[in-house]
Amino acid sequence: MNRFDYLRPASIAEAIAAAAQPGSAYLASGTNLLDLMKGDVVRPARLVDLGGLPGLDRIELLPDGGARIGARVRNADLAYHPEFSRRFPAVAEALLSGASAQLRNAATVGGNLLQRTRCAYFYDPASACNKRAPGAGCDARGGENRLHAVLGWSERCIATHPSDFCVPLAALGAVVEIEGQAGRREVPLEEFHLLPGETPERESVLAPGELVVALRLPAEAARFAAHARYVKLRERTSYAFAVVSAAAGLRIEQGVIAEARLALGGVAAKPWRARAAEAALAGARPDAASFRRAAEAALAEATPSGDNEFKIELARRIAARALALAAIGTPERLPALPASPFAPVPGAPLHG
Amino acid sequence: MSLPITLTINGAEHRIALDDPRVTLLDLLRERLDLPGTKKGCDRGQCGACTILLDGRRVNSCLALAISHDGAEITTIEGLSQGEELHPLQAAFVAHDAFQCGFCTPGQIMSALGLIQEGQAGTDPERVREGMSGNLCRCGAYRGITEAVVEAQEKLGQAGRKEAA
Repeated sequence: MNRFDYLRPASIAEAIAAAAQPGSAYLASGTNLLDLMKGDVVRPARLVDLGGLPGLDRIELLPDGGARIGARVRNADLAYHPEFSRRFPAVAEALLSGASAQLRNAATVGGNLLQRTRCAYFYDPASACNKRAPGAGCDARGGENRLHAVLGWSERCIATHPSDFCVPLAALGAVVEIEGQAGRREVPLEEFHLLPGETPERESVLAPGELVVALRLPAEAARFAAHARYVKLRERTSYAFAVVSAAAGLRIEQGVIAEARLALGGVAAKPWRARAAEAALAGARPDAASFRRAAEAALAEATPSGDNEFKIELARRIAARALALAAIGTPERLPALPASPFAPVPGAPLHG
Repeated sequence: MSLPITLTINGAEHRIALDDPRVTLLDLLRERLDLPGTKKGCDRGQCGACTILLDGRRVNSCLALAISHDGAEITTIEGLSQGEELHPLQAAFVAHDAFQCGFCTPGQIMSALGLIQEGQAGTDPERVREGMSGNLCRCGAYRGITEAVVEAQEKLGQAGRKEAA
């Protein structure tokens, strides 16, 4: 790990001024940043510790049915908050399907949004990576890339965003509250992460020094509470990143889908909201045929970026599975294995 | 450069002058405070061998900067037994052969203590396994570990009910 200066500001304004200096990085709990620093993947000259800032660790349940979550709220505290998980069960399920209990106890909501890709070539300083060293090339193209992106990728970068939490947030229309030298602004989560294009080193809309201070879930997001699930396919049962995942929410009225939400994880450099699929479901019957049509719409633009064509059909099936589980209804208690695709779907074949 | 912090570790207060902000809680415990019970496995938050309780919550001490945790209360494996009397989790690990080489055991036990205090798993073996998935055991003692955690949960749960009554 490189040497760095350590600052622990007492106010947000002071933190922003310090972090706007080139070479600075914010430190929340450090579960991702310290790992990257130990691997020499990132080498910040200055760490600005957010631990002394007031007011960033509150979960506020808003009277209109929405919620506001401070950026330093720990993943576990949010997932186990009884009223939050009652309003937004797919968010709780996604959080509990990610990482390990130890990491969820430390990792923060803001850090979850800003975690870096798990692309092995990004993690290996000896490999070419346009994210780590712009212009260096991309060793993932033509390398071991079966887990890489199938949507929104570019010739410069085929990495995926690893968050589970962000997938239901995208589906539910969450908003990111940001503070910076130019003041306060709000950005829909769907627009917060950037696709790689020509500049894969730019991963979010944040300007230097800008700080995520909170996340908001709008009141209408709670209307999906009765039919909301997250499903995550992993290469082992637990404690693994998603190969593909999906968050689904349905509003069912008189046997018909009044409104649907769907987002995919593990497929792109951002959580991927599938608006075409949502449109295909509006007014449809909540059955296997509708869900398959929606899943096909969600992946209509998908193309393999390497040896990962299988992920496209896998993502269709996980999307359809998430919708089918959502239609059955949110379970009263989260299953022992949150988001597991092994849970049987009553009345449906195991595969398909 | 001297960075002073105070930590309460296993009930005892320590005033520490850090000479470098890069020191993790794990390295501080092992290399500077003579508490080598907490183990360094991967040092990257993947194996769980370094699990401690930090302000009552289980975390990976390899991914926590000491300088960030001024004023914190820490419990390590050295703080569990009462003299020669093992903590119920330690006794259950012995009774159920929940280890072979023992390297991951301090982390397993501290993680299990955190799991029991979180109160989310109860005695459901599936929930215990899921809740312990951040602790790897290369000897493969998982079956014994799950049995030990379930038994300790039952004992500690009963003790808790007696105290409440």
